[in-house]
Amino acid sequence: MNSEVTELRRAFPIFAAVPPPFHYLDNAATAQICHSAAEALHAFETRGRANVKRGVYRLADAATAAFEEARTAVAAYLGTDDPSEIAFTSGTTMGLNLAAHVLSPRLGPGRAILVSELEHHSNIVPWQMAAERTGAELRVAPVDEEGRLLVDRLEALLDERVAVVAIAHVSNVTGILVDVARVGAAARAVGALLVVDGAQRVPHGPFDVRALGCDLYAFSGHKMFAATGAGAIWIRRELAEELPPFLGGGEMIARVSFAGTTYARPPHRFEAGTPAIGPVLALGAAARWLLTLNWQTVRRREEALTARLLDGLAALPAIRILGPRDIRDRFGIVAFEVAGLHAHDVCQLLDGFGVCTRGGHHCAQPLMDRFGTVASVRASLAPYNDEADVDALLTGLEVISRKFR
Amino acid sequence: MTAADLYNDRILALARSRTGAGQLEGPCVRVSRDNPLCGDRISLDLRLEGGRIVGLAHRTRGCLLTEAAAALVAQLALGMTPGEAQALVRHVQDLLAGRPCASTPGELRVFAPVAAVKSRHDCVLLPFAALAEAAASANA
Repeated sequence: MNSEVTELRRAFPIFAAVPPPFHYLDNAATAQICHSAAEALHAFETRGRANVKRGVYRLADAATAAFEEARTAVAAYLGTDDPSEIAFTSGTTMGLNLAAHVLSPRLGPGRAILVSELEHHSNIVPWQMAAERTGAELRVAPVDEEGRLLVDRLEALLDERVAVVAIAHVSNVTGILVDVARVGAAARAVGALLVVDGAQRVPHGPFDVRALGCDLYAFSGHKMFAATGAGAIWIRRELAEELPPFLGGGEMIARVSFAGTTYARPPHRFEAGTPAIGPVLALGAAARWLLTLNWQTVRRREEALTARLLDGLAALPAIRILGPRDIRDRFGIVAFEVAGLHAHDVCQLLDGFGVCTRGGHHCAQPLMDRFGTVASVRASLAPYNDEADVDALLTGLEVISRKFR
Repeated sequence: MTAADLYNDRILALARSRTGAGQLEGPCVRVSRDNPLCGDRISLDLRLEGGRIVGLAHRTRGCLLTEAAAALVAQLALGMTPGEAQALVRHVQDLLAGRPCASTPGELRVFAPVAAVKSRHDCVLLPFAALAEAAASANA
């Protein structure tokens, strides 16, 4: 095994816990938790547990301080020095629902929402619900036969009626990187706001969220090596100040009376009730740890592994890759079909080789329809994956194809 | 439980038999059921005469377990009353919960290895649930 990968695996408790063969290639669904995140979660629940933003005793004060430090770490990961732009959520789905809710006052009859064909259901259904609620129109930008967003066609669908554009940064099926900056410029030109589903981009290294030209950016902690239960949404500060709250309750208010309630300033306005404190601390710890990695090296290795995976799949008979065959503008997420075999059967049989993959429609049924299929197998890479993981998958597929087709 | 237990010869033979694949001509009850996890779908046609199932056909798009279950549904349901057909789904649920009873039809026990794999229970249940729905509606 590559010494860098060996070193990286030491940072993940799972690799000491699960006996080999263990080839974890379901990172796009949930990545493994890193030591520092697991320790932050455990330390809070066992040695530092108290509610945040409430108590004044030392334990509570320390919890609040740690919570706000996590916010600062997450902001730093996204290249911003303004933690007030980070609101904690339960994950990407809640973040996108928050966006659809707080932007609803800008929608209504005569207004439109623009999404794309490559979206995860989490970036479709909240907007369908918002359209139904407000009477707004829902427009859909198409993709080409490889699943790449046709940005020209998206731009042609933009006019002054479009209030919101909602788009994924990276496809959870094909790993394709969307040119968000171009979409953002086009959206701004017609006065529309841009909401980005960042769930699949965030685990692949830090970046400058402001440079994307978007207005809201949602993502999950459990895909970026933290715990399940916490994620965040970045909201451009100037916009956040103007937006209404999402959920009502404790912590999101300035003053409550029966004559009327006023709301806290961002980000607390968007954080009603007791948050998932432990998972938020884990998210902060994961962000700090990720910032210590050499991302040039990590990216180079991921590209080489993705190429090895694509070449290996292309060399196997009866495999159809959904999406591009090259590594241009993509991350290490590859979906494919095995002719004559259902995706769930393939995944079940791969488990016999110690290979963990995802089968199904990947919560992207419109994109599956575009590819003319119902379900596919998906392999997704993380920095702790190596050649042995990819080769185990390819060997498993070869055996399965021979025995079961 | 290994993959070989799950994909044993009897399950594979059932899946490949495609028993009942097709559609019924003429009047019948037609239901469609989806597995939201993977998008698999069964459309099942049922004809009742004299209080007994006399015709059944299905179009199934699914994994080997769903295909095998659909084939078994087609084998077992002919000649049953709607009540007996509806009882099959409960027998399968009990079997998958690891508590088959004495009256569980022996043919269903082919799916006993699936009990150990929770995420695949719905694959087996889909055709039986479609049969129960069609039987209930044919009897209404």
